[in-house]
Amino acid sequence: MATKTGKSFIGRFGVHIAVLVFVAIWTIPTLGILVSSLRDKDQIVASGWWNSFASSSQSEAGRLPGASAQTQKDGKYVIEGNIFGDGPKREISAFGVKSSAPTQYKAGSVADLNDGVTLQMNADGGFVLSSSKAFEGDRGQRVYFASSAPPKFTTDNYDAVLFSEGIGRSFMNSLTVTIPATVIPILIAAFAAYALAWMRFPGRALLIAVIIGLLVVPLQMSLIPLLRLYNGVGAFFGVPSKTYLGIWLAHTGFGLPFAIYLLRSYIAGLPREIMESARIDGASDFEIFVKIVLPLSFPVLASFAIFQFLWVWNDLLVAMVFLGTGPDQIVLTAKLNALLGSRGGKWEILTTSAFITIIVPLFVFFSLQRYFVRGLLAGSVKGG
Amino acid sequence: MAAQIFSAIFVIIIGVGGCVAYFWGANRLLDLIFPSRGVSGAAAINNLRRQGYVRPWLFVGPALIILAVYLIYPVVATLWLSFFDRGGTSFVGLANYEWAVGDHDLRNSIFNNILWLAVVPAACTFLGLIIAVLTDKIWWGTIAKSLIFLPLAISFVGASVIWKFIYEYRGEGQVQIGLINAIIQYFGGQPQVWISLPFWNNFFLMVILIWIQTGFAMVILSSALRGIPEETLEAAVIDGANPFQIFWKIMVPQIWGTIAVVWTTITILVLKVFDIVLTMTNGQWNTQVLANLMFDWMFRGGGDFGRGATIAIIIMIAVIPIMVWNIRQANKETGGH
Repeated sequence: MATKTGKSFIGRFGVHIAVLVFVAIWTIPTLGILVSSLRDKDQIVASGWWNSFASSSQSEAGRLPGASAQTQKDGKYVIEGNIFGDGPKREISAFGVKSSAPTQYKAGSVADLNDGVTLQMNADGGFVLSSSKAFEGDRGQRVYFASSAPPKFTTDNYDAVLFSEGIGRSFMNSLTVTIPATVIPILIAAFAAYALAWMRFPGRALLIAVIIGLLVVPLQMSLIPLLRLYNGVGAFFGVPSKTYLGIWLAHTGFGLPFAIYLLRSYIAGLPREIMESARIDGASDFEIFVKIVLPLSFPVLASFAIFQFLWVWNDLLVAMVFLGTGPDQIVLTAKLNALLGSRGGKWEILTTSAFITIIVPLFVFFSLQRYFVRGLLAGSVKGG
Repeated sequence: MAAQIFSAIFVIIIGVGGCVAYFWGANRLLDLIFPSRGVSGAAAINNLRRQGYVRPWLFVGPALIILAVYLIYPVVATLWLSFFDRGGTSFVGLANYEWAVGDHDLRNSIFNNILWLAVVPAACTFLGLIIAVLTDKIWWGTIAKSLIFLPLAISFVGASVIWKFIYEYRGEGQVQIGLINAIIQYFGGQPQVWISLPFWNNFFLMVILIWIQTGFAMVILSSALRGIPEETLEAAVIDGANPFQIFWKIMVPQIWGTIAVVWTTITILVLKVFDIVLTMTNGQWNTQVLANLMFDWMFRGGGDFGRGATIAIIIMIAVIPIMVWNIRQANKETGGH
């Protein structure tokens, strides 16, 4: 096909450009939070992340030391020092003494501040304030300057977010929810799928229709009755109504229709001869299932496992309804949502937390993309 | 935390072990009750037949119970609750539905949901199709597809943070650190607070879902395009069709079925959209949608289960046509097997 359409050079060039534009739009947003999460938190707000490899410039203000720091030199009163003190050094491009003209003088030049007072400030932050009269007062001269800091990358944000914002704990909570909620439905669905594909019993066709119908039933239909049920069970047995067991079962229930649908269509497509020859050899359905069907179905089991894993890991709604918001239960998505409210403008926290929440899905996705795509195709193209 | 890890591992073992024990044990029990080996011919045949009656139900049993508790019962119960008051105790007839017809928030949500339904499935399908066709023609198409597909793995909340950063607005005179406002400022425009911009803010939220779901449409349509017989394309080229004619008149008609599947799948997703609205605006600035409004009613002031259930029913009604279509398609396809 590639050689038949778009033969002209311009046509082919256009295709490359168009795809490049799409790829850029689809990757740049994610790149933005990855880069930002690794930047110094002051630099995140000082310049856009796309400028993070350039020096970021900012306007700063500071105060020179007061009269007590003055020394006498050549008959003049002098205050010397470095505006950055012992702190991190930045490069100064210009300075001034009025807030209306913060960059009036170039770095290195001598500014005349009237009354015989002069101020020289160098690019490295060193300054010399000299006067023919003695300085008075504890409040030193106010100075403004434009500084540029070299790009600074750090993993401090990750440290802060993982250990003091509670994201590390939420990460464990998410794993606690996700792994059982992925494993439990697989087994239950596999047995049901085999029965629906290869065993004859009354009501089978109806069951299949019901499961296909349930595929599209919105989750919202289940929330209120289940919440009432959970509250009722909790009150009856005197146990908390928001438990990990509750959310595992809920995710199992919500994942089952798709699991059964996906596994059934795959298992039904296995060659009939294998089943029949095994049956003739005297194998029971249970043996056929365990020794033949399960091993052969590995690809589709993997597909479903990836789906369910991603769906549970990324879920917010079910977690918010059936799980508490205390530190011992809140999952990553809910935690991130809470941080959006409480840490609104703190992009170093938000971008880092967001990146931590997406890192597991991205890893799963990249390492198992083949199975994921296979599952997608099997799960939806069937209807076409 | 260590205790939590241990208890999680413990539960996994118990849960999985329990499932295995159930299936294995139930089968064993069945073999013991109706033995087919080591008994006389006639009895063995009889017992095998009895086993044949029972065993399918042992296999589908656990799934049936869970489906009944978590999906079938709640559907009925939600319908039932929509006729009751906020606590779900006293019958109020159609009062919740009367409220639904008149409520401003709900009308706004329905309007917004219709906007979402009109824009998102169409945009995803269209973009997905274009990207599928374009990436098929270049040597690095697989890499490009993989990157465009990637947002599908990202949670809606994560994606919302990602895009909130893109839409970030900072006051006049400050450095714009949101990409869009920075670009606009670079070209001399006026930065905007995108997510509170009346009416258009809905579209900025939709962009997030489109960004996530286009990869899904692309993968499925790309595989459907591969299934188009080469000869039909060759014949079109020989007849002198240009690439646009080939696309619209040869390719698209042959994959209508798949386009419909992609469209309906995304439509259902759109009806349920919740996370994006909750995290971006929580329904403020007229961006409310049904699923978020329902969540709101479930917990607002102790929760109003009657009204929440009514909103769920409204979402369900919108899904029913797709459900019927799905079942019909599946019946046609399986033809009884």
